[in-house]
Amino acid sequence: MTYRRYAVTIVALTVALVVLALACLVFGSVDIPMRDIVAILTGKGCGNKAWDIIILQSRIPMIITAALAGAALSISGLLLQTTFNNPLAGPSILGVSSGAGLGVAIVILALGGSIGGLLGENVGSYMAILVGALLGAGMVLAVLIAFSSIVRSNTMLLIIGILVSYLTSSVVQLLNSVASEEGVHNYVAWGFGNFSGVSVGQMPLYAGIIIAALVGAALMVKPLNAMLLGARYARNLGINVSRSRNILLLITGVLTAVVTAFCGPIGFIGLAVPHIARLSLGTSNHSRLIPATILAGADIALLCALVSVINPHGIIPINAITPIIGVPIILYIILNRRRIQYFN
Amino acid sequence: MKTANTILTTHDLTVGYRNGSHQVALLNNLNLHLDKGKLVALLGQNGAGKSTLLRALTCDEQPLSGTIKVNGKPLMEMSQKERSRVLGLVSTERIQAGALTVTELVGLGRQPHTGFLGRLDDEDREIVRQSMADAGIIGKAGEYMASLSDGERQKAMIARALAQQTPIIILDEPTAFLDVASRIETMRLLQTLAHDRGKAVLLSSHDISQSLMLADELWLITTDRQVVTGTTTQLVTDGAMDHLFANRSIHFNPQILDYSF
Repeated sequence: MTYRRYAVTIVALTVALVVLALACLVFGSVDIPMRDIVAILTGKGCGNKAWDIIILQSRIPMIITAALAGAALSISGLLLQTTFNNPLAGPSILGVSSGAGLGVAIVILALGGSIGGLLGENVGSYMAILVGALLGAGMVLAVLIAFSSIVRSNTMLLIIGILVSYLTSSVVQLLNSVASEEGVHNYVAWGFGNFSGVSVGQMPLYAGIIIAALVGAALMVKPLNAMLLGARYARNLGINVSRSRNILLLITGVLTAVVTAFCGPIGFIGLAVPHIARLSLGTSNHSRLIPATILAGADIALLCALVSVINPHGIIPINAITPIIGVPIILYIILNRRRIQYFN
Repeated sequence: MKTANTILTTHDLTVGYRNGSHQVALLNNLNLHLDKGKLVALLGQNGAGKSTLLRALTCDEQPLSGTIKVNGKPLMEMSQKERSRVLGLVSTERIQAGALTVTELVGLGRQPHTGFLGRLDDEDREIVRQSMADAGIIGKAGEYMASLSDGERQKAMIARALAQQTPIIILDEPTAFLDVASRIETMRLLQTLAHDRGKAVLLSSHDISQSLMLADELWLITTDRQVVTGTTTQLVTDGAMDHLFANRSIHFNPQILDYSF
């Protein structure tokens, strides 16, 4: 792969990121003139307190939340695809997101509240929810590791992931049947997916964990590339395969859990974006794939966020948009798998 | 006979598999030695334990008992990094590297020598270039692995093992999926690496006549689970070749260096 193609792709993805972020700043359910947005951003204020709040406490946090969520889910997908040697792996299809969701649901019920309580500013309660999400995601990853050493077939592992999703959602349904009506309502709303759930106060924790985990993923380039050759070659290249795999799955679990706790179980981004990155770069070399996947993931999530807010009749759930973008990409990958280099 | 060139030795090595707490030994008490500058072919029936022996030598599986030493140091006591610098592997495992160029793939062979992020410096890149030249794949340096033929892919994998710069290279059935022309080319390449570069090359093979013609030494797994070693001439004149297969209706024909019935 030429360096030129890499540079062009990175520049294009970065430009798209800036354009989409600006669009998310300008468009929304309330029309705010450009000139006033500039005034708010430069700290002068525009004289309208409501607009100040919309821009500074709603739109900017949403942009950061969406961009980081997209990057986090996409890197989760990439790490899962390489560790399980399975191009159709992703945090939602393997049930990692639903595991995190189950953890969230259990914590909410144990706290006697509702999932809507997540939006509250009580540090203790959202930390508990975060821990619940991490444990739930970790549990599913442990199940996947156990099964992956027994079932060698890629397809079977995917089916196990789907079964785990069904099982966790049935447990959540059972929990909901004993929950309050308000709790059920909030749970359903959470399940739609939403990038507006991270408040300014929660942002440092949310952004801090995601950025740390993304840096962690970038530091794993060497074992990730060795793993392209399979476990035996990776060992022969001096890589401690089981330790590397555990670290990679830990990073995946953290990324998926944080995003799921704050934004709901968001599908397809984790599965589709690594393929967008591979197809546009024409390589499976992780030192180039990781930056491109982070940028493309942020782009796609911002695009979803933008589509969700430009509807004049109300906000469209994120999970109603991700399949429309994700499914065609996955179908393209499946239909062209003989022609696409990284399948051969 | 151990010589000054001996690099790898096994001491009462027993290999096999574990079935729960139950151990099944395939090959018992092996005392083998591998020399630098020699191409050694491991021959035996399917299921005789060729792969199991190679997996023990590459530390992918623990032997049931006994030790393997490289330059007198037990392989099992070395760190993974140390092992990756003495012993290179070429296996028939399916790899996911179709979207890597040949140069990128061969570059992965530098991993035991590079830093935490695996970045290649100018010296590494020169070694990668030289390895591709030695393996005869430099003409395809910029091509995707997916676009190569089976024979070319095997050369790229051998170049990758060369870039690793290990004194020992172990190959598990390197010619299994190749056509006749690529088989001969691959075997000749391995012979050159042994004779001109001083590598100790050990390969397992199904291709008996070619191994007999090109290998300097044979490790023959006989039907009574022994490993008989020696040069082709020694083994043919000793009649050891007749113990390779349990089937009595075929016999070894020294004239054609192959089996007939």
